[in-house]
Amino acid sequence: MSTIDLETARRVAKLARIRVPEDHLPQLAGELTHILNFMEQLNEVDVEGVEPMTSVTPMRLKRRQDGVTDGGIQDRVLANAPDAREGFFAVPKVVE
Amino acid sequence: MSALNEMTIAQARDALRKGDTTAVALTEACLSAIEGAGALNAFVHMTPEIALERARAADARLATGGAPAMCGIPVGIKDLFCTEGVPSQAASRILGGFLPPYESTVSAQLRDAGAVMLGKLNMDEFAMGSSNETSCYGPAVNPWKVDDRPLTPGGSSGGSAAAVAAGLCLGATGTDTGGSIRQPAAFTGTVGLKPTYGRCSRWGIVAFASSLDQAGPMTRTVRDTAIMLGAMAGHDPRDSTSADLPVPDFEATLGDSIKGRKIGIPREYRREGMPADIEKLWVQGAEMLRDAGAEIVDISLPHTDYALPAYYVVAPAEASSNLARYDGVRFGHRASLAPGEGITEMYEKTRAEGFGPEVQRRIMIGTYVLSAGFYDAYYNRARKVRTLIKRDFETVFDAGVDAILTPATPSAAFALGAMHEADPVQMYLNDVFTVPVNMAGLPGIALPTGLNGQGLPLGLQLIGRPWDEAGLLNLAHVLETAAGFVSKPRKWW
Repeated sequence: MSTIDLETARRVAKLARIRVPEDHLPQLAGELTHILNFMEQLNEVDVEGVEPMTSVTPMRLKRRQDGVTDGGIQDRVLANAPDAREGFFAVPKVVE
Repeated sequence: MSALNEMTIAQARDALRKGDTTAVALTEACLSAIEGAGALNAFVHMTPEIALERARAADARLATGGAPAMCGIPVGIKDLFCTEGVPSQAASRILGGFLPPYESTVSAQLRDAGAVMLGKLNMDEFAMGSSNETSCYGPAVNPWKVDDRPLTPGGSSGGSAAAVAAGLCLGATGTDTGGSIRQPAAFTGTVGLKPTYGRCSRWGIVAFASSLDQAGPMTRTVRDTAIMLGAMAGHDPRDSTSADLPVPDFEATLGDSIKGRKIGIPREYRREGMPADIEKLWVQGAEMLRDAGAEIVDISLPHTDYALPAYYVVAPAEASSNLARYDGVRFGHRASLAPGEGITEMYEKTRAEGFGPEVQRRIMIGTYVLSAGFYDAYYNRARKVRTLIKRDFETVFDAGVDAILTPATPSAAFALGAMHEADPVQMYLNDVFTVPVNMAGLPGIALPTGLNGQGLPLGLQLIGRPWDEAGLLNLAHVLETAAGFVSKPRKWW
């Protein structure tokens, strides 16, 4: 049985870019552990020599011309941005 | 003639052509039913102007003759579908204020067929839930009840199911990743079909788990499902997984003989602790199909028990990737920042404020199973188990089985709030009969065939061969006719 400890829970939250307050970490770790233990039933299955599924229906992806099919709609692309300036998405400073 | 908003799609279609009613009259009847059904919390964004404009256009089109079957039919659209200029939030705070500049392929096809959009329907946040309780709008409420307690309409397409059951619209779109069409249909005495993966385009539908998501119709009868599916299905070059196959006339084969069709009863679906009502309904369903000429055979799907744990690896893994786009930059919510906070804090605060607890949990589980060192142990193993689950179905289909009959859900609708104290895995068990179908990419339909001892609807599920929605609908139609389910919720709202 795997256990998600506080450090792992903190790391997962960080990787997922979701802020989790320190005092919520124990509960989160407990929930994640419980779900993980549920998943560990999969260890009972003999998967020797089985290919992992990549596509649920056998299909060959279609090829198409690698050409521009859209564009010139900057206003519409930016219309939903929480902060857009001078034709760009604006975010807090990322480079000092 | 029943009240306009309570008509079936087939009845309304015929009445429109005979001149017995108009699309505007149907639409007004639905809008006024919605107006009076606030207690159900099914519609979360109303679009009456769009509806009346489309209804007037539908009447004009009907007058010229040759209009498609869905022309003038008022429908609701699940909030997961992007609809141009109309809020499309996936029931999440993180998409608050988002107005898509485009229309999803499925809702565009319905629009182009003349269907009238009444508004957007409640659901679990990002389609993650089985009770509608993860919605940022608060839960939709089941029109069925046995006492004072409000019951869940199921999830994630709970608003769609509640609206169809209560006569607020004639049909609704749903989406189904692990049972999100079939479980709410079963909980509300309505019909819901998850098509074969690839039958309907996923373009413009907010993605949850891309290898599992499928859109499908939710209606009051099997015939209506056949009609509505015809308008929703079809190849779309913008979804590379959408199948380039002809769309048959699903209604045309309803009523065909099912003599000699082989129906499998999978022994692994007989769960310990299954309510006697459901067990009985399942046996009766098999008898009805046998009486109509089908051959009933016992089958085995040996990896059934592993479908749910494999699903709860694969779906969160895909979700963690799909939901990475909600970062507060391009659309939706952005958290306000304290002085000195930078872009990482913006991502972390935005996602903590914007996503509800269940969505956060699934993103983190998905992040964990995909992280270095665990990818093989969880994600790859789950994908291998998925191969085995699909192989189980292929084996029985190769042996000549045409369709599989199972219960749709392990229980009838439960009370809102009843699962609050339970751990998340308890809620996941709702999907035990529906998840294997998504894992194998097969079509599945839930339809009501009876009531439990308390008077709540119960549904059976039929699972078909890939691309055989027509055969599946025909079997469902036979079962529907034999069961003669006509109960309606008593109006209390």
